[in-house]
Amino acid sequence: MADFPENLKYTTEHEWLDGSTPAVIGVTDVAAEALGDVVYLELPEVGATVEAGAVVGEIESTKSVSELYSPVSGTITEVNTEAVDNPEIVNQDPYGKGWLFKVEVTGAGELLTAAEYAAHTGN
Amino acid sequence: MADKTTPLHDEHVALGASMTPFGGWLMPLRYTSDLAEHRAVREAAGLFDLSHMGNINVSGPDAAAFLDHALVGYISKVREMGARYSMICAEDGSVLDDLIVYHIAPGEYSVIANAANAELVLAKLQERTTGFDVTLKDVQAGQALIAVQGPRAAEIMLATAGLAEDAEISGGTAFADLKYYACLRMRFDGEPLLVGRTGYTGEDGFEIWVSAERAVALWRALLAAGEPLGLVPAGLSARDSLRLEAGMPLYGHELDTTTTPFEAGMGRVVRLDKVSDDGTPVPFVGRDALAARKQSAPARVLVGLRGEGKRPARAGYDVVRRGEGTAPGTVVGRVTSGAPSPTLGHPIAMAYVTPEVSAEGTELAVDVRGRAEPFVVVPMPFYRRPQN
Repeated sequence: MADFPENLKYTTEHEWLDGSTPAVIGVTDVAAEALGDVVYLELPEVGATVEAGAVVGEIESTKSVSELYSPVSGTITEVNTEAVDNPEIVNQDPYGKGWLFKVEVTGAGELLTAAEYAAHTGN
Repeated sequence: MADKTTPLHDEHVALGASMTPFGGWLMPLRYTSDLAEHRAVREAAGLFDLSHMGNINVSGPDAAAFLDHALVGYISKVREMGARYSMICAEDGSVLDDLIVYHIAPGEYSVIANAANAELVLAKLQERTTGFDVTLKDVQAGQALIAVQGPRAAEIMLATAGLAEDAEISGGTAFADLKYYACLRMRFDGEPLLVGRTGYTGEDGFEIWVSAERAVALWRALLAAGEPLGLVPAGLSARDSLRLEAGMPLYGHELDTTTTPFEAGMGRVVRLDKVSDDGTPVPFVGRDALAARKQSAPARVLVGLRGEGKRPARAGYDVVRRGEGTAPGTVVGRVTSGAPSPTLGHPIAMAYVTPEVSAEGTELAVDVRGRAEPFVVVPMPFYRRPQN
């Protein structure tokens, strides 16, 4: 079953971010489910400046590849190297161990609440 | 037109499968995880619904001679209850479909076609019946095809409730003696059915044709017998990665109407040596073009590629020469299938390349969305099952 923690914000591109500083960003379980088993992650460089809505990396599964967007503008402070080494944790724990990168936020893009995201995905 | 559903559709939905359109059918893509299903087939067994495959019954006094004429293989040499991988080609030698032909009774054959090509194959076969005393019948409707694939497949078949051997209909062959690429009649709940020891995964396994009425019962009986032995239902995604590891072509990827069997490295299926009962060569459809093609140097050849990095190549990506850094060099080919290999742990791909870069060990690259990822030409299959 799809699960959207209330404390997170979401994007229509199926990323989530939390409210901490720097903000932690990952993909939702809807994305993880749709992708199938994640086998390769390309994440942005630490120190890179990213813009809300821009492509910052890619997520590759056994069957397909999709682009990873940043939900916010800011500077990358950390990427999850454990997820790069063991991409299956994105499927196993998309809101926890499977987080992808952290951003020192300078500006937010369009974000959805859990309820809005659930409505967007038809859940 | 809406996608057709198989007699097992409700089972897939109840098992939580993600369904996907494939060749005009709505089929299970995966039930849980592609990787878990793939690994189950390599280590224990997987259960597949293949009811989308076309099934054309060919019967009559000239059935064998007709198939020798209509297909590129030497079908009249296939013994009763034997099976053969073959192809149907156009006059120009291009591949219309790849097939498995089962010799199911004296003067009677089953031709199994890919779902997307089933109608075309039936039409082409029908066109080629002129002068032959033969009857073609589309027998797919009303049937299901279920496959059990994996090292524990035989054990699971034997443990399946209601599935029994019957010497009266098996022609005296015991299930234990059923050879690879042969078939056997068994009974399920009393109903006779055909079991082939064939598959598309690189593992030992069986394919079972069952009436639509009993399909669900057989599916459940196989699952019940197999689950304690590690069997899981497996979808098209696992089927695709399994066949790719086994170096098996997929129509629409490695084979199509721009390809002859020779480019695909499958020249062995073309039997130019076929002769009729009177000893004259069989002028089968595509023979002249294929004979000429066999003599000429190929413009491109199918090769296996092993990725040296982590990023997989996908169908349609360019194969390039290695250049400076990560900039893609000159294009020398195109990927037809590619995926991360779950068994081997690195990317694998099949690609058509120009002959001068087709030798084993040739260091190439694939343009993965603008970046050259290193790949090297390797022999196929990528994976071969351990022999007992």
